This record gives sequence, structure tokens and C-alpha cells, in this order.
Amino acid sequence: MTHGTQNSPSYLDAPYGIWSWLLTKDHKRIGIMYLISVTVFFAIGGLFAAGIRTELLTPQGDFLTADLYNKLFTLHGVVMIFFFLIPSIPATLGNFLIPIQIGAKDLAFPRINLLSWYIYVIGAVFTLAAVFMGGVDTGWTFYTPYSSIASNTNVVLAALGVFITGFSSILTGFNFIVTIHRMRAPGMTWFRLPLFIWAHYATSLVMILGTPVVAITILLVFAERAMGFAIFDPRAGGDPVLFQHLFWFYSHPAVYIMILPGMGVVSELVAAVSRKQIFGYSFVAYSSLAIAIIGFLVWGHHMFVSSQSIYAGLVFSIITMIVAVPSAVKTFNWTATMYKGSVTWESPTYWVIGFMGLFLIGGLTGLFLGTMGLDVHLHDTYFVVAHFHYIMVGGAIMAFLGGVHFYWPKMTGRMYPEAMGKISAILVFVGFNLTFFPQFVLGYLGMPRRYHAYPEDFQILNVLSTAGAGVLGLGYALIVFYLVASLFKERNAPANPWGATGLEWQIQSPPITLNFESDPIVTEDAYNYAGRAGHGGHAKKAGEV
Amino acid sequence: MSSFPLFPEAASSIAHEVDLLYFFILAVCSFFAVLVSALVVFFAVKFRRRHPDEVGADIHGSIALELLWTVIPFALAMAMFVWGADLYFRIARPPADSMEVFVVGKQWMWKVQHPDGVREINELHVPINRNIKITLGSEDVLHDYYIPAFRVKMDAVPGKLTTMWFRATKAGTYQIFCAEYCGTNHSGMIGRVIAMEEHDYEAWLAGGRSTGTAVENGERLFTDLACITCHKSDTTGRGPVLAGVFGNPVRLMDGRTVVADENYLRESIVNPQAKVVLGYQPIMPTFQGTVSEENLMQLIAYIKTLKAAPPAAPTGGQ
Ligand SMILES: [Cu+2]
Ligand SMILES: [Cu+2]
Repeated sequence: MTHGTQNSPSYLDAPYGIWSWLLTKDHKRIGIMYLISVTVFFAIGGLFAAGIRTELLTPQGDFLTADLYNKLFTLHGVVMIFFFLIPSIPATLGNFLIPIQIGAKDLAFPRINLLSWYIYVIGAVFTLAAVFMGGVDTGWTFYTPYSSIASNTNVVLAALGVFITGFSSILTGFNFIVTIHRMRAPGMTWFRLPLFIWAHYATSLVMILGTPVVAITILLVFAERAMGFAIFDPRAGGDPVLFQHLFWFYSHPAVYIMILPGMGVVSELVAAVSRKQIFGYSFVAYSSLAIAIIGFLVWGHHMFVSSQSIYAGLVFSIITMIVAVPSAVKTFNWTATMYKGSVTWESPTYWVIGFMGLFLIGGLTGLFLGTMGLDVHLHDTYFVVAHFHYIMVGGAIMAFLGGVHFYWPKMTGRMYPEAMGKISAILVFVGFNLTFFPQFVLGYLGMPRRYHAYPEDFQILNVLSTAGAGVLGLGYALIVFYLVASLFKERNAPANPWGATGLEWQIQSPPITLNFESDPIVTEDAYNYAGRAGHGGHAKKAGEV
Repeated sequence: MSSFPLFPEAASSIAHEVDLLYFFILAVCSFFAVLVSALVVFFAVKFRRRHPDEVGADIHGSIALELLWTVIPFALAMAMFVWGADLYFRIARPPADSMEVFVVGKQWMWKVQHPDGVREINELHVPINRNIKITLGSEDVLHDYYIPAFRVKMDAVPGKLTTMWFRATKAGTYQIFCAEYCGTNHSGMIGRVIAMEEHDYEAWLAGGRSTGTAVENGERLFTDLACITCHKSDTTGRGPVLAGVFGNPVRLMDGRTVVADENYLRESIVNPQAKVVLGYQPIMPTFQGTVSEENLMQLIAYIKTLKAAPPAAPTGGQ
């Protein structure tokens, strides 16, 4: 099938007008609505980060007041985690691609899908209201008893926003699980599923099992703060450390909500840019499930110096080290996939390689923190800040942007300028490393996080970090610019610009509302590039390089 | 800009051990980071696409390789775990012969009380080559007492006492940070450790204004707060005898047995109904709010000194 030969209009052309979007049940349109919303929040969160990095140019707290600085890092975390990272890949690329990749016309519950977007927006309105009514200063972690009895900022409003948004994530996860179980096309067996689907299946499990716990935790803070129930307040017999257990029971697995979908994207991209079957498909698939399940048992590694029992710490530490293994397995498999591949040097490859580099560092530095004796020194320093930014910004956002570039032709019917795709990937990679690598050094030196002012010895590294943030911001802004500009050009994307396998590349770009002109039947494994060699393609023979 | 250090000073007995583990993990991680990055770039170049229709070789995987790259990372991760856990246990458990200093965090300062009663704020003077145990409390929210040059930190948790310890090995002045976010002036909740030669420390102590040792203050509070009217030295009081209670098991009304450590004593003062000793009525009033965190520490210091009377037998007669 090629572009322009269809009778049905594409999903972008079929009914027009604002209400046809706001009341749409089309998973692709909802995916686009999410893409726009999360981009807006990414920009807002980025502005907060700009404020933070500007303040940290000098050791004295001279650019912002301490209170304003505290609010900025709180809002940066809340917005980036709950309103950007968690929905970033699942609600945009996941929404768009899951039904298509399994050969379905839509998700199992299209109305619930639309509802989840509205819930997200309502949650966002609450949190933004908290911003405009003076902000909140508890840190995105909302630790008690500061959040429940001491802070005099808009904790209730901001927490309510997070609470509400959680339901959108639960509904999305629920929708994905049912869809993947029930809506697969004939012949699409579990082990023919693209790894993007496996990753989202694992992510959805975490969403529906973990999110209710953070919702309850937030309600408990609300009950203590607004209604005077003593739960975490030690003066009334409450336990402030209990909050940390409840919070991290969700928030550690939430890290996997952010990175697993990115791993799914990268599996797709590695196979496509190498035109090769993923090395060890089933190991990559199962490692997603292993990460999701074991990830629920490691939360106490955030609490080695919290007064948690040292024996409990022992258990959390060993399981943390174990959960590192499936991530290592994935990385080795991606690398091996490129071996004797037919590796393109088009822009998606730049994003994949960038992801690999940053995710490697992010993952490996987790080992330092999971090691108890070392974590005593590193806990709550910039080492931790650098580590999780390497995972979430270096890993998840690189994968997200790689995915957006790779699927942009499919989503919009437009190609972006190739050179721009490469330049921005390099800018983001360089800017990112310049921003966050110095923070590892700062962390080992002992600079604590959430510091508005700091000793002069730390200045040079902080200046480097701020300079890097400038480059990083430039890279992100460039992407928004050329992707949006491409929308004003003609639709020039072929159905399969990358020569990739997968049902999504067999339909026109952009797809029709019901995705497929006729119901697809699946007869081969995912990433069957070698099987294509017969159709005029050149297969690399063993030994031929 | 005064200086541009890239590595922190190591000034405690544990610091070099922490650094050693750090370098071990750094070496392992650097090896894998370089290996994988090099392979990715090498494969991307060597196996670059030379023809637009070209596809990769028909390779699906290898069980042997999967096993290899599961087992090796697992083994290395376990080595890190064991090393880290062993080190952690040594960091977390103060040696029995430690000199005990009380530190209370409150928004936004550190209040320090030495065993002989000398107090200071935000600074901590200690002798080098002596094990120092810090008993930490908080008067309001979470804080964290962090001394990077010693590679130790511990949360100060309101509602309980936590401990940390170190042995300074080099005289000098070292930074103290609050490492747990605690509100507006969190980054101002800093101070310094002044580690001194033993005789300098003695001289410093002698020059300090002591308002009585922690135990003396505790003893005075014990009378002032009328604890003494119920907790008598013999069993005639309405409350349990406290002599010899510290460090020993206590049987509770609900059938449990707990060890009377610092946290048990603290809880029994601020929340007496939580764990009532078997055979006594739950009649003790709470001292929540009436006794400051520092006074609590003094009371506990005093109670810890109350030794059980030797068996009465050999005294003979009345
Ligand atoms: Cu975690
Ligand atoms: Cu603090």
C-alpha cells in the first residue's frame, strides 16, 4: 500500500474541527492530544529547571529567594514526573501505536481512553492552580511531616492534582492490558508481539498496581493536613517514616513506568535501524516483566539512612542489585542486534546510540546507590540527582524523542529535515552530558540536593552544569521548531520511510481512522527482516561485512 | 572561586574504605560502559548499510551468550552488594566504647551537647582518634546530619532517636550539611566539624561554659518533672523501677517483650500508653510538648546511668 491510493480519508482529515478532536474516540487523535499536552508541560517543567540552573550559577542564593527556589525545584519535579514523564511515551506513542502494532482498530475502551486524557487535564489544572496561588515547596517527594504539618504552601492543591492524574494513568494501563489480551489480530501470538508491546504490557502492570498506593498515600497526607488526622505526625503518635515506605512503594516502580516504555521504543528502533531480528527476543520480552515485578520489591533503597531497620536495608539492597541484571541483559541484546546488521546512519540511529550511552551511565550509577555502604555517603547528594536524570532524561526522554522522530512520518504524514534530526540528537547528547556529568562529581564531593546556596568550592562544576543546560534547552527548542514547521509542508511521507517491519509500516501515513483497510492477518514473527531478503533485498551472509 | 576540588577530603576511619568500594564499582562500571559504547559504535560503523535494500544477517540469539551476560553482571552485582553491606554494617553500628554526643536538629540549626555539658550550635568539636557516637533527634521535621569528609550521614527523625558514629583521623575543619530537605533555609542549615588533637579538645572543653553534664541535667529534670514520685528506687512506686532497665528486656502488659533501648525510653516518656510494663497501670501522663528533645536526651542519659542494685542478700539485717 502506498500513500494517496486510499478511498478512506486519513485520521487527520476525517471529521474536522475542534470538537471532532475534543470528543474523539480515535486512539491516534487521543495520542496526538497527549503529545501536545505533555509537550506543554515539558516546556513548563523546563522553565522551572532554567530558574534552578540560573540560581546555581553562583554559590550565594542571589537570583531567587530561598522560598522561590524551593518552589521551583518542587514544581520542576512534580510537573516533569507526573505530567510529562509518566504519560510521555505510553500516552502518546503507546496510544498511537499499540492498537496498530497488534492489528486492532482501536483500544479496547476508546471512551475510557478519552476519559483518561480529561482526567489528566483536570489533574493538571489543579496543579497549575497550586502554581498560580503561590506554589508548593515540599519537593516532589512530599515527605512528611514537613508536607503534612510544617509547610505553609499549597500542598493540598498540588497533591490533589497528582492524585487525580494518577487515575488517568490507571485507566491507560487498564486499557492497554485489556487491549493486548483481547484485541490481537489473527496470527498475532504473544511471541510475535513487537517488544514495544511487551514493554507497555509490563508498564501497564506497574501503573495499575502501583498508582493506587500513591493515591492512598496522598489522601493520608491530605487527611493529616486538612482534617487533622494524625498519621505521620510523631507528636500525636504518627510515624513520618511510614510515609516514605508508602511513597516509594509507588515511586520506585514509577521509575519503571518512565523507562520501560523507552526500552520498548529502543527495541523497535534498534531492530529497524539494523534491519535485523532483535537478538534474544524472548530475553528482552521477559526482562521487561522481570523489571516490572522485581521493581516492586526494592523501594527501601531510598531509605538506607532513614532509620529503617538495617536488616530490612539488607534485603532491599540485594533485590536492588538483582533488578539491575535484566536491564543489563537488555543492553547487551540491543548491542548484539547491531552485530552483522545493516545499520543505517539516518537520524533515528543517532537517537538510539545517544540513548544507549546515557542509559548505560544511568543504569550503572544505580549500582553505586544500591550498594549500602556507599549510599550512606551518596544519598541525597547531587550524585543521586545526576543518576536519575541520566535514567529519566538521558534514557526516557532520548527514547521518547527517538520514537517521536521515528514515528513522526507515520503520525503526521510528514518527513522532518534529516539533518535537523541529527543535529538536535547531537546537541541534546552533548548538552545533557555537560549538564549532568559534573553533578556526579559534585555528589561525591558531598553537595546535597535541594540547596539554594552552596560552598564556593562547588562553583565551577555548577557553572559547567548550567552551561550544559543551555545547550540542552537549545536542542529541545530546535526539535519543537522543525517538527512544528514540518506540519506546514506537504504530506510527503511514504508508508514505510525506514524500510521497517511491523503492521504500522504496512498502512498508509498517516493511517486511516480505522487503521486498516482490511483486517490484517499475521503470519510471521516480529522483525523478520531476514525473511525479506528474498524480495530483492540483500541479506548479509555470515562472514560478509 | 577559591578552589576547584574534584574529590572530597577523607578524614575519618571509614572514609578510605568507602572510597575503595567507590573505585571498585567505578572500575567495573567504566569497563562495561566503555565496552558497550565501543561495540555499539563499532558495529554501527562496520555493519553500516551499503545498499538501500540490504537487510541484516539472520541471527536470532544465543542461549550461551544470554547466560554469560546474565551470570557475569549478576556475580559482579552480588560482589558489590556483599562488600557494600559489610561496610554499611560497620558504618551503622557504633562501637561500644564511643564517646556520646547529642545533636538535635531544628529548623534551621544544629544544637550540640557534649557529655560533660558543653553546648554549641552548628559547630561540633571532637577529638581525633576517638570513636564518637552521635545520638540524633529532631524537634520539628526531618533533617539529616551529613559530614562528607567522614562519608557519614543519618536522618534526624522527629519522634525517635537515631544514631551515627565516626572516628576522625585528621585534625581539621570539615563541612556539615543538612542533607534532608527541611524547608526554607535548608541550604543554610550547615555547620562545621572541628576535629582536634586530644589535648586541644580538652583545652577547648575547659574553656566552654558547661551547664552541668547531660546526666546531671537529666537527674535534675527527673526530680523537677516529678518522675521520681512514681519511679522510685524500690518497688513501692506506682511506676516501674528504672534502675538497670536500660539495655534489658521488659515485659509488657500486652504480652510482648521489648528491649529498653534509647527509643523505648523516649517513647515511654512522650507516649507512655504505647508500651505499658506488665503489672503497672497505664496512668503516666504524656510529656509530649513539655520536654524538649534536648531534655529528653538528658533524661535518657540519666536513666542509662541507673544501675540495678546488687542482690540484697549480703547486707544482713535492716
Ligand atoms: Cu528507587
Ligand atoms: Cu535540611
